Amino acid sequence: MVLQTLKNCLWPSCVLRAPKACFWSAASGGLVIQSISNDVYQNLAVEDWIHDHMDLEKQQVLFLWRNSPAVVIGRHQNPWQECNLRLLRQKNIKLARRRSGGGTVYHDLGNINLTFFTTRKKYERMENLKLVVKALKALRPQLDVQVTDRYDILLDRQYKISGTAAKLGRTSAYHHCTLLCNADKFVLSSVLKSPYKGLKSNATPSVPASVKNLFEEDPSLTSEMLLDAIAKEYAVKHQIDHRITLINPADETLLPGISNKTKELQTWEWVYGKTPKFSVSTCLNMAYKDSVLDVKVNMDVKHGRIEVCNIDLPEQWLPPGLYSELVKSLTGSKFCPNETTSLVTTLLRLCPQDDELLSRWSLLCENMIRLM
Amino acid sequence: VCIHRVRSCSSIRFIKSKYVCVFDKSALKFSHQQRLFRTSAVSCGQIVQFKLSDIGEGITEVTVKEWYIKEGDSVSQFDSICEVQSDKASVTITSRYDGVIRKLHYSIDDIAFVGKPLVDIEIDASKGVAPEEDVVETPPMSHEEHTHQEIKGHKTLATPAVRRLAMENNIKLSEVVGTGKDNRILKEDILNYLAKQTGAILPPSPKAEIVPPLRKTEPVPAAPKDKARKIPVPVSRPIAFSGKDKTEPVTGFQKAMVKTMSAALKIPHFGYSDEIDLTQLVQLREELKPLAEIRGVKLSFMPFFIKAASLGLLQYPILNASLDENCQNVTYKASHNIGVAMDTEQGLIVPNVKNVQVCSVFDIAVELNRLQSLGSAGQLGTSDLTGGTFTLSNIGTIGGTYAKPVILPPEVAIGALGKIQVLPRFNGRGEVFKAQIMNVSWSADHRIIDGATMARFSNLWKSYLENPASMLLDLK
Repeated sequence: MVLQTLKNCLWPSCVLRAPKACFWSAASGGLVIQSISNDVYQNLAVEDWIHDHMDLEKQQVLFLWRNSPAVVIGRHQNPWQECNLRLLRQKNIKLARRRSGGGTVYHDLGNINLTFFTTRKKYERMENLKLVVKALKALRPQLDVQVTDRYDILLDRQYKISGTAAKLGRTSAYHHCTLLCNADKFVLSSVLKSPYKGLKSNATPSVPASVKNLFEEDPSLTSEMLLDAIAKEYAVKHQIDHRITLINPADETLLPGISNKTKELQTWEWVYGKTPKFSVSTCLNMAYKDSVLDVKVNMDVKHGRIEVCNIDLPEQWLPPGLYSELVKSLTGSKFCPNETTSLVTTLLRLCPQDDELLSRWSLLCENMIRLM
Repeated sequence: VCIHRVRSCSSIRFIKSKYVCVFDKSALKFSHQQRLFRTSAVSCGQIVQFKLSDIGEGITEVTVKEWYIKEGDSVSQFDSICEVQSDKASVTITSRYDGVIRKLHYSIDDIAFVGKPLVDIEIDASKGVAPEEDVVETPPMSHEEHTHQEIKGHKTLATPAVRRLAMENNIKLSEVVGTGKDNRILKEDILNYLAKQTGAILPPSPKAEIVPPLRKTEPVPAAPKDKARKIPVPVSRPIAFSGKDKTEPVTGFQKAMVKTMSAALKIPHFGYSDEIDLTQLVQLREELKPLAEIRGVKLSFMPFFIKAASLGLLQYPILNASLDENCQNVTYKASHNIGVAMDTEQGLIVPNVKNVQVCSVFDIAVELNRLQSLGSAGQLGTSDLTGGTFTLSNIGTIGGTYAKPVILPPEVAIGALGKIQVLPRFNGRGEVFKAQIMNVSWSADHRIIDGATMARFSNLWKSYLENPASMLLDLK
């Protein structure tokens, strides 16, 4: 396998002629590229860039990438429903929303990602997955791996080792899938469990599955070996040299516009704001002095912002003026613990400074923030 | 020249436009298929039902997940219309036509069927009166995305967007050299042609601009649909500024700030400023920095400023007080919870260091580090952000010398620290020396604080910082 940097195969004439990238590799048929970055946003941006700018008519592309710990949700999913956002923040695990459909996955360096770029007409997921299975079997013939009709790959007929998603545009399409080599299953199962109750939404739900690492089946396997085997199989299929071209997702000259794409993927508006409309209907059990208060809370969240907010507090528990200020400020505010914390602590400056009031306010606000 | 192309395949149905049209009778030829339809001044478009095209893999139905346009919006060919999902695949549906959206056939979460109408688009009528000789019957369109016209027997390939650009600039496509695939004329070619004509140097269009940008993002209220955002206007024409105002609602944290700041300005503020010579402190910090680093803590100037302020507050406790709503009672707070203004992505937040009166400079540094990292991660808790009694704002890290800070209720005083500048000053012997000068601007509540108190506090604070060793005398 030959690893080369992109500079080795630049075609100057191609660069001048067509900004729509055809400057990668003279070899027709196919191209295998691998990202040198482990940043999930940068790598997703590369996918976007290839999808938007590369001419895939003459040359299909296989993109290989791995990420440092991140949870990736599908285009139309609800992150509150899909994962434990509190835990993600604590552990500094990134949250990303990809542009393709499908369910939520956990990525770390023990998981490899494969993206098959083709024209819209040549979009064919089964073929791609069969190629992956073929590569795995060529590497380790004793592996019991097969593709299901849900486009998953199962190990030993029961454990999911790969999930699939796809994105179709006007002229191009891509199909990407994960492959569990040696991911941290403990972290995976804890972050993919949502603690948020009372959520109602039409967002695409994930289908939970038992997972297993290929490493558990055969400890001699590494991510690098898997990447290489799949690249090799792809090269054979497209009759190209077995070489992997490395790309740097931060290279703006090579990928003009990539930093904007990377930035966009990190914005709150994209990650959280693209959540389909949902409602939260729950009961806060607040322990106050010697009793427990049951406070019903109902909120409608659209574009990640609170559209409607109802908090059913006992009368006069908070001064009415303050309560209405709270509801007014929450309406239109992001459904986000940081935003809400800043909001409620700022509003507190307007209250009369008596301890009883302050403790009630803090209690209510802490509980509200926990919903987010 | 603007010629309508009409698909000959039967999937398009024409609905007779409901608008009143004025026709030139001689030119009117109306039939189902590919005849042209030309009008004069009043716009009158054909409404075309744009059907959901084949997704592939034998899929017959999809779920509509997001609309990028709404009824009444203008669209260009290749603009994104909506996002649909089918079995883990998310598909962006783009418009085949230029026109105005007249009807959406589905709502969000509805099931849409392949082959059935997705939206109704009113196709752009021709602009102005087209000259007689251009009313030609065009051959039936194949599956080619691009329209082409036959001029003088020379086939010219160009997208409608490119042809419109040419038309707007009175350029004959036959005179432009196409550099795209099959000698297709691209936007760049038109611009280069223009540059040669006018002698103007036009800014290069971004490389990524060959395919007209797909609108993947949801429209922001009142944001302009800027089709022409990257097409430079030729110099021979008056430069038209096409930027539009953008209005956004004030929400969330910003809304809360509006309330708080409005309340704050009801407090009668007075200001007091001074200059501090930090030469000795700068030296001291240089010596202590490595020691702190060994202990894993980043030591800035703030811990010194904060500790000095607390020592000052011990002498002038009225600056660490709070006035009640009716200005009837003043509460002298026992704890010195000194707030530090922080600039974050979402704006100004003020976490505070609790009980500075019992903390050492190092303790304060540790706590500041903690608050700063939580602040930049957006994870400050409510207890960090409440209970402040006095605030310092180190605006100097961004820049500036003098400021007029606004008191944060329920506090009664605040200090803004400018940047440290190296300036020439005279020492006791009348010699000029290099001094590290920082300005401080205090604001205080004139209802209970008078100028003299503020001045004395400031002098004390200044003396601690100008001669850091003196802090040792009063440290508890």
